Amino acid sequence: MAGIELLSDQGYRLDGRKATELRKVQARMGVFGQADGSAYLEQGNTKVLAVVYGPHEVRGARSKILYDRAVINCQYSMATFSTAERKRRPHGDRKSSEMSLHLKQTFEAAVLTQLYPRSQIDIYVKILQADGGNYSACVNAATLAVIDAGIPMRDYVCACTAGFVDDTPLADLCHAEESGGGTSLAVALLPRGGQIALLQMDARLHQDHLDTLMEAAMTACKGVSKVLDEVVRQHLQEMSILTGE
Amino acid sequence: MAADMRLPTVRKQVSLSGSKSAIASLVVPGDVITTDTGFMRGHGTYLDEEKLTASVAGEVERVNKLICVRPLKTRYNGEVGDVVVGRITEVQQKRWKVETNSRLDSVLLLSAVNLPGGELRRRSAEDELSMRDYLQEGDLISAEVQAVFSDGALSLHTRSLKYGKLGQGVLVQVSPSLVKRQKTHFHYLPCGSSIILGNNGFIWLYPTPGQQDEDAGGYYTSIEPVALSDREVISRLRNCILALAAHKVMLFDTSVLYCYESSLTHQIKDILKPEVMEEVVLQTRHRLADQEG
Repeated sequence: MAGIELLSDQGYRLDGRKATELRKVQARMGVFGQADGSAYLEQGNTKVLAVVYGPHEVRGARSKILYDRAVINCQYSMATFSTAERKRRPHGDRKSSEMSLHLKQTFEAAVLTQLYPRSQIDIYVKILQADGGNYSACVNAATLAVIDAGIPMRDYVCACTAGFVDDTPLADLCHAEESGGGTSLAVALLPRGGQIALLQMDARLHQDHLDTLMEAAMTACKGVSKVLDEVVRQHLQEMSILTGE
Repeated sequence: MAADMRLPTVRKQVSLSGSKSAIASLVVPGDVITTDTGFMRGHGTYLDEEKLTASVAGEVERVNKLICVRPLKTRYNGEVGDVVVGRITEVQQKRWKVETNSRLDSVLLLSAVNLPGGELRRRSAEDELSMRDYLQEGDLISAEVQAVFSDGALSLHTRSLKYGKLGQGVLVQVSPSLVKRQKTHFHYLPCGSSIILGNNGFIWLYPTPGQQDEDAGGYYTSIEPVALSDREVISRLRNCILALAAHKVMLFDTSVLYCYESSLTHQIKDILKPEVMEEVVLQTRHRLADQEG
């Protein structure tokens, strides 16, 4: 590759991780009092806030109402200060509408929407600091927020990216690796059943490599799911002890 | 004006020792509760290839053959007979739509309200036209749940003089799970204010009314200025309720009153400071525990 060396001869990446190593994931649930559910998640240097309102009556256009299940409304946005270059990002630009759509598809696969006919669930995510893997960090944060809101889901939705450099799949790409021009594959997975909620790849990749790349991404997702599981259980225990007294 | 500023502090860790039995029954979405097919599937669960699986994070409750998972925090799930406080969002033909923190807006039918001028009055077309004179968008009401529809929407009624439009007061919103179910949810507190603890987590604080005007049928609202002393009591109660809710103490007349009494040594505006809040709530908890014996 022309630019920087993404994988050293010793098998280390730019930030010192091994090929299959994830970035550090830290999260907290219930960060806002006003919303029905909320969560804050850090995946390496990518920081995301997710807020869930609902299920509630459909506001605005009545034509949106679905009579057999709930409408999921996602909104993705990035803070002006989230990237290296300070930039005002108006709502509804193409990149964020695409991301909103992807989030919507992901959560329609996971949330049991048929339990709430004629209602609406709002999921708002905001990137506070972008360092690669924005989509996956958003999905992970939104999952925690949905769980915090007490909305029924089939399973956690865990997302992670994977790249392919020097015939080696790299898990959980950071910004430098993503912008290096290589392949980046984003997977959203329901880890227990192994169902894929969303799969996205923008660049070209030889068919022979797809299986190994998918394998790496799915293993990474399962790693993320372990961390999320720990966060949820910790939160549950704390809350039940507080209310139990 | 002096402003109160503070530096960020480390969040206190909740000690996870003790009550191990409760922890055992906690599940997260996707957890298999049982593979036995003899059980019935309740709320918060779904069947995944014959396995009963949790769909929400919470506590497993088992009643005979029925398994439910109760999430720690949800929107309000109405039950017949609950007292609720809500806000009118829409005036439609023959009905009002009321926001009650439920999954869908509740309905208040024109035939389910007490109109001024007697119990037995026919509802004419004129009444339909003048619905907005009784209740309009943004008005707050107290009501009782009359029925729950199949999709979970609630039907309300205000066919009693204790329900109806709310006048001057303060609304506090807390999680519905924090309001303790009791025989009565209307209380005249001895500190000089009244409280409606709605089961939907909407709590209404208002000055204790003098005498009820029977003819108005609950639609008369006083616009007399409220005395400063009453307003102070109401503000203090509001802060006390927020403090109790922040520490997840169940809300009912005694807990609110105890918290009010233990907060009297502090200024009203100081009650919501973390350290004062902790102290006041701790005192309340002790008094509640003492009272239980």
